[in-house]
Amino acid sequence: MPMNRRNFIKLVGVATGVGLVGVPYISSAAEIMPNKGRRVVVVGGGSGGAIVAKYLRMADPSIEVVLIEREKNYIACPLSNLVLAGLRTLEENTITLGGLAAKHGIKLVYDDVTAVDPVAKQVMVSAGAISYDRLVLSPGVDYRFEEIEGYDMAKTPEIMPHAWKAGPQTLLLKNQLAQMKDGGTVVMTIPQAPYRCPPGPYERISMIALYLQRNKPKSKIIVWDANETIVAKAALFKKGWAKHYGYDDKDSTKGIIEYHGNSKLAKVDVAAMTVDNGVEMLKGDVINVIPPQRASAIAQQAGAVNPDKRWCPVNQITFESTLVKDIHVIGDACIAGALPKSTYAANSEAKVCALNIARAMNGKELIAPSHVNVCYSYLTDKEAVSVSGIYKEAEGKTIAIPNSGGLSPDLSELEAVYARSWMQNILAEMTT
Amino acid sequence: MRQKLCNLALFAGGVALSSALWAASATPEVLSYTCNGCHGTGGNSAGLSNPSIAGVPAKYFENAMKEFKSGTRPSTIMGRLAKGYSDEEVKLMADYFAAQKIVRTKQAVDAKKVAQGKKLHQKNCEMCHQKDGRQSGAGGVLAGQWKEYLQVTFNEYRSGKRNMPKMMAQRMEGLSDAEVEALTHFYASQQ
Repeated sequence: MPMNRRNFIKLVGVATGVGLVGVPYISSAAEIMPNKGRRVVVVGGGSGGAIVAKYLRMADPSIEVVLIEREKNYIACPLSNLVLAGLRTLEENTITLGGLAAKHGIKLVYDDVTAVDPVAKQVMVSAGAISYDRLVLSPGVDYRFEEIEGYDMAKTPEIMPHAWKAGPQTLLLKNQLAQMKDGGTVVMTIPQAPYRCPPGPYERISMIALYLQRNKPKSKIIVWDANETIVAKAALFKKGWAKHYGYDDKDSTKGIIEYHGNSKLAKVDVAAMTVDNGVEMLKGDVINVIPPQRASAIAQQAGAVNPDKRWCPVNQITFESTLVKDIHVIGDACIAGALPKSTYAANSEAKVCALNIARAMNGKELIAPSHVNVCYSYLTDKEAVSVSGIYKEAEGKTIAIPNSGGLSPDLSELEAVYARSWMQNILAEMTT
Repeated sequence: MRQKLCNLALFAGGVALSSALWAASATPEVLSYTCNGCHGTGGNSAGLSNPSIAGVPAKYFENAMKEFKSGTRPSTIMGRLAKGYSDEEVKLMADYFAAQKIVRTKQAVDAKKVAQGKKLHQKNCEMCHQKDGRQSGAGGVLAGQWKEYLQVTFNEYRSGKRNMPKMMAQRMEGLSDAEVEALTHFYASQQ
């Protein structure tokens, strides 16, 4: 082949901006599933991808849906922080997509997506090419490791786990906590928002504090947050930390949790087990570095990411990329206005996206979106809090409906019960 | 149908987005699907503490949302969510879920408690919650709900957090914890 297709597309893309109309079809990979009718390919079988595949088939069973997921056993993120405190197992978060695919007639492909060719309208997997009429990317996040000095993307997470995708990283962090001596220091660094799951770091702080309180009471957790203050549910977290973990907002060196805002990680040293924010250096026995984030690499490769290389701008009614035709982006990777990067938001975006793709493919007028977000965080083994919201599209933006939604008034045992029930439904939606 | 201009994000000379530039109002599906994340696809909950809302009478649904909105009915998040919908939108969702078929999942129940619950139901509840809790004028669907959800709901009533109709309050007054638990087993056992 005289020229690598991806390079070619890159060149054409640069030359003509985003308009690739008229570029000749160049085939390099064998089509493994010839497209005989109307086909939507979905990349990523998580909170967004599994749902968009299912609801597309529910909306119009004449549309063929191919769902590509890398993992045969998918481990969902919500409540995975509870694993750190021994309140939950990863098995409880693990699902397979076979039942969903069989029930809804989704063609499930377990493979790695290596590239997207928006001109040929093909997705490349290790086995070959799969063509699409429309593509939905629900790929989640990758990390901006390069912004942290001394961070090796392969080696550092094995010493300083991020545990920001539930799985082996979660167990590594849990194991490190178990191995740590009583009196040890756990260090956590939180990246600047937006990142996946805004309250997630603070729930994790709570779960680690609970573990330390019960098992290593002379230990503490020191948090460096790149944000000015707690990003989500701030007052509730502070209240819960004060109630249960001796947290003092005036002097946070007192309790189990020592929290510092406006402290952005600049450098790590895995040999010395230190982190550095440019002002001071901190040594930890266990260090949980949550790196800054961006849309997953495949979205970047597909040309769907903004020039700042962070997130994917999308039409707020269809979730179609505003940069690449016929490619839709949902979930954490996309920019969805006031909707947070949460599981429930991805679930909600997926349904709007599915309905409007089906409408568009059938030449029908689009539907105005309606979204919900419901997100729980645990503070102890018994108490949780929630944030909820309802969203709509207005003048091209996704906005929260005024005077609705919002936070729990207080810590609640009932909400901790509902959180587990919520999770059962979220996982059932993805598997049935 | 109300239409509005949307999709202003078209780039000059850029990508042609979706063929249509107009979005119709929210439909029953787009509104109702957002409930499924907590109440299950089609309103059949897999979560043990959340009610199935499939097949719930539309009037009951509308009234519940009204009470959540005003705070008359206690809730954790439903009050906050109900405030985000207009009466018209609630009606669309109510009709959508009323038309869904409830799926009654087999649950682990204690046969003795089921038998005790059946007697208690017939004596105290059947008059309003007819057909073993399948049907009701003003009430929701009891038959086939998760016993965990039923227990949470009984707790709300019995603690005084949630108001009961007079007749229900009278019937509930003499019931012991064990009798209430027997009722949850009875309703949960209904297929």
